[in-house]
Amino acid sequence: MANKEWPLYEVFIRSKQGLSHKHVGSLRAADEQMAIDNARDVYTRRSEGISIWVVESNSVFASDPNDADSLYEPSNSKVYRHPTFYDVPDGIEHM
Amino acid sequence: MKEHNIEVLERDFQAKIDNDIKIEPKDWMPDEYRQTLIRQISQHAHSEVVGMLPEGNWITRAPNLRRKAVLLAKVQDEAGHGLYLYSAAETLGADREQTIDDLHSGKAKYSSIFNYPTLSWADMGAVGWLVDGAAIMNQVPLCRCSYGPYARAMVRVCKEESFHQRQGFEIMTTLAQGTAEQKAMAQDALNRFWWPALMMFGPPDEDSKHTKQSMDWKIKRHTNDELRQMMVDITVPQAELIGLTIPDPDLKWNKEKGGYDFGEINWDEFWQVVKGNGPCNKDRIETRRKAKENGAWVREAANAFAEKRKLRNTKKAS
Ligand SMILES: [Fe+2]
Ligand SMILES: [Fe+2]
Repeated sequence: MANKEWPLYEVFIRSKQGLSHKHVGSLRAADEQMAIDNARDVYTRRSEGISIWVVESNSVFASDPNDADSLYEPSNSKVYRHPTFYDVPDGIEHM
Repeated sequence: MKEHNIEVLERDFQAKIDNDIKIEPKDWMPDEYRQTLIRQISQHAHSEVVGMLPEGNWITRAPNLRRKAVLLAKVQDEAGHGLYLYSAAETLGADREQTIDDLHSGKAKYSSIFNYPTLSWADMGAVGWLVDGAAIMNQVPLCRCSYGPYARAMVRVCKEESFHQRQGFEIMTTLAQGTAEQKAMAQDALNRFWWPALMMFGPPDEDSKHTKQSMDWKIKRHTNDELRQMMVDITVPQAELIGLTIPDPDLKWNKEKGGYDFGEINWDEFWQVVKGNGPCNKDRIETRRKAKENGAWVREAANAFAEKRKLRNTKKAS
């Protein structure tokens, strides 16, 4: 039992009210509660956070870097999704 | 066809590196790049963890509560650094347990500086000032390392390190301005730690077989000798300012190169310590092994408690 490897958790911290949780690193723990306690000790020693999420790393399903072209390429050609694509006559303000 | 494929992959990989695009865990990378990083990151992690021992030695004997709180906080930071780094090594596929077992069996190395004893309170000053100083010199360029998780870990580490060096220098300054005996204590600590601190940057460039490849991969940004020179140039004026003497009769400002010339480093001593024959090698590993053994019941209890909590939660849910 002592050698049972603890699962890996990904740690997300909200640095202050109004901001989203951001990934800060990972750690191993026996369960979620211990992961939260350890995350507090390791990642918030200098008031870096006011809220912690931990997610077991196994539960994260990630996109494959090899699919990057097919996933993200189509949006590169759609420049009309950006405001800079459009001509605005001189003299027009607040647009 | 397959070989052609590898060539393309390798070329794309190097192109990313040349364009300062970070490599992330799931990206393709050459096996040697992965192995080099696993070795370097785990050695770095071990150094953080073993590095707690020489300072842990003085926590209970700090001269006052302020110094004790500071030293505790510093040592706790080092434990965190070890954790960030083990986690970074894991993103490359290193097995955490195996990595730690390799340290305990003597297979894996750690920084040779931690095989020197800390004999007096002044050593806490010298370690913070010189050892953390040298570590910072090494780690700041690593914040731009090509491997994302390592670089990000280094950013955190560097933020935390800056107080480590300052608290050490503060101890040295206080002792240097104290009684004659206190000043002698500070000088003695400097005498013992100066050369080992310069050795922390590793063997001279001509003997450092991995440097060229590591620099092409942007794992390393400066050679060992470049970093060592920077360390000397920055530290000498600091010693002068607090009235301590660098223990090197050959130390001399060289106007042409805009840096100090300094004496020959005893590389025999360095290799002896690396090979396990330093003053504290056996002691350090023994302490680590015992810590793991003696902590076994805590990990068992944590497992049992986690099981119990899970059971309780499923009962509540049903
Ligand atoms: Fe550190
Ligand atoms: Fe440090």
